[in-house]
Amino acid sequence: MKFLLVFAALVAAARSEQLFVGDQVLRVTPSNGEHVSLLRALAELPEVQVDFWRHPTSPGQPTDLRVPFRSLQAVKVFLESNNISYSIMIEDVQKLLDEEKKTMMKSRRIDRSTSTFDFASYHTIDEIYDWMDTLVDDHPGLVSKLQIGQSYENRPLYVLKFSTGGSNRPAIWLDTGIHSREWITQATGIWTANKIAEEYGQDPSITAILDSMDIFFEIITNPDGFAYTHSSNRMWRKTRSISAGSSCVGVDPNRNWDAGFGGSGSSSNPCSETYRGPYAHSEREVKSIVDFIRSHGNVKSVISIHSYSQMLLFPYGYTTAPAPDHQELNELAKKAVSDLAAVYGTKYTYGSTANTIYLADGTTIDWAYDNGVKYSFTFELRDTGRYGFLLPSSQIIPTATETWPALLDIMVHVLEHPY
Amino acid sequence: QDIDGVGPKYHLELVLEDVLHKDSTVNCTAEVLYHLGNTTAPDVQFTIEGEVKNTDEADNMFYNRTKSLEKELVGENIPDSHGNVSPEMEPVHLLAWVASGYVIWQNSTENTNFQLAQIKRVKQVKRSDEHLEFDYTILLHEMVSQEIIPWQMTVLWHPQHGVQVTQDSRQPKHA
Repeated sequence: MKFLLVFAALVAAARSEQLFVGDQVLRVTPSNGEHVSLLRALAELPEVQVDFWRHPTSPGQPTDLRVPFRSLQAVKVFLESNNISYSIMIEDVQKLLDEEKKTMMKSRRIDRSTSTFDFASYHTIDEIYDWMDTLVDDHPGLVSKLQIGQSYENRPLYVLKFSTGGSNRPAIWLDTGIHSREWITQATGIWTANKIAEEYGQDPSITAILDSMDIFFEIITNPDGFAYTHSSNRMWRKTRSISAGSSCVGVDPNRNWDAGFGGSGSSSNPCSETYRGPYAHSEREVKSIVDFIRSHGNVKSVISIHSYSQMLLFPYGYTTAPAPDHQELNELAKKAVSDLAAVYGTKYTYGSTANTIYLADGTTIDWAYDNGVKYSFTFELRDTGRYGFLLPSSQIIPTATETWPALLDIMVHVLEHPY
Repeated sequence: QDIDGVGPKYHLELVLEDVLHKDSTVNCTAEVLYHLGNTTAPDVQFTIEGEVKNTDEADNMFYNRTKSLEKELVGENIPDSHGNVSPEMEPVHLLAWVASGYVIWQNSTENTNFQLAQIKRVKQVKRSDEHLEFDYTILLHEMVSQEIIPWQMTVLWHPQHGVQVTQDSRQPKHA
């Protein structure tokens, strides 16, 4: 054991900062119990920083350990002087990592065509932003990408514009992912955006729509929250804005709109999942949409996509009083839900937000409606609680497929009922 | 219907669907009585019409497999971020679902709607008697507030004796 102390001192003297360059992975085979103990003791030394890929268990069983470059000499000397046999499995870990990165980037370049993008799995924010560019490349003259602002953490807020020309045509707004944990929505958004691009010129309904109207589609409406669901907390719902005077982070972007703002359908507590924010439109993610829709001036429909519950909702959420257009919106919802169910039998309920789900104030569609956008709807996609937010990726394409006719019903109605 | 001095009572008619065999359904009627003040769990009375599918074979397979494990069963993030549950963990997931039903019932009011969101952690606790014991940390999703609430529960199970939640407690949300 004295040897170990000397050895540790040697290593402590040879410190360096580089990550993985020159690191090796050794396969070590202890031949007796003493060897096993020595290896275990080696793991305990903080200066040495060996990283066991396969832990020492018993004599004769190989053990794999990654040894940082700076400890290599000392570890090899230690093994040899104790007659512990070893071989070099990986000569340079960093080289291997660089090669792996190269292959990943190559395959990502191959993904540069939308026909190889995997719509049936969940993707990271970077993968989705890359895919947006390939969609634009694949459909020039139909799809373009705009930036309408920046998130709290300065991520770009991208909107896909589907247009066959004209100037400031009446438009339909679609958004997914405003609540970041609702992963089925961003995934459905991607599939749907692709479907719109593909079906123009093929499907008579979408062709008629795009021949006179534009579609604006924001797929990652809350990029900070989305990145956070990948890096830290899969269940994150809100934005990532810092609240003055609180250790809690984030505002519910669907309680931050200036429509019935500040009522009992939202919270004043920054730690709450339905925290409305310090004032209406305090969140950049919300303000940028408000500014876009206001300055556009010709948006005729806002469809905001959420999950879960399997519902199709229309205003109001901030009051149980019926909206002036209640009857028309109700009839349209009924049709859309019926056409959705016709695909795989998925049952949706429908009605005004307040009567169907719960009182919620400061919501996207209530603001849109009160600002002249008659055809404002919220979808709550699959499921009804069995998987909830953690909907298996095998359900992405079925969910998007069944939602498509419902979306078309709404968009066709908007086209056929100009106002 | 409001019962004076006690609370609101609901009469429900529902159809129960076997999650594993979608074509298998039974009709059910239930009466739920909420207590004013919300300090006790609602009273539930129910009757089922017809028979629920027999699960003895699957139960015994899971029971025997788990009893014979050398190391205690452990798991985390079930389902994972992508909604996947490994086949070995599926019974553990289903057990959590049943057990969380009890926890949800005990903590429900007219203004709550709980769902099991995820199993954060599960660890089997070896027992000398015939029961299987699991210590779960689950995440409950409460629809109205949209909160994700961590909850600890200790679950006992045996194929013939059914499920028992012997201990449960709400856990603090990490700030």
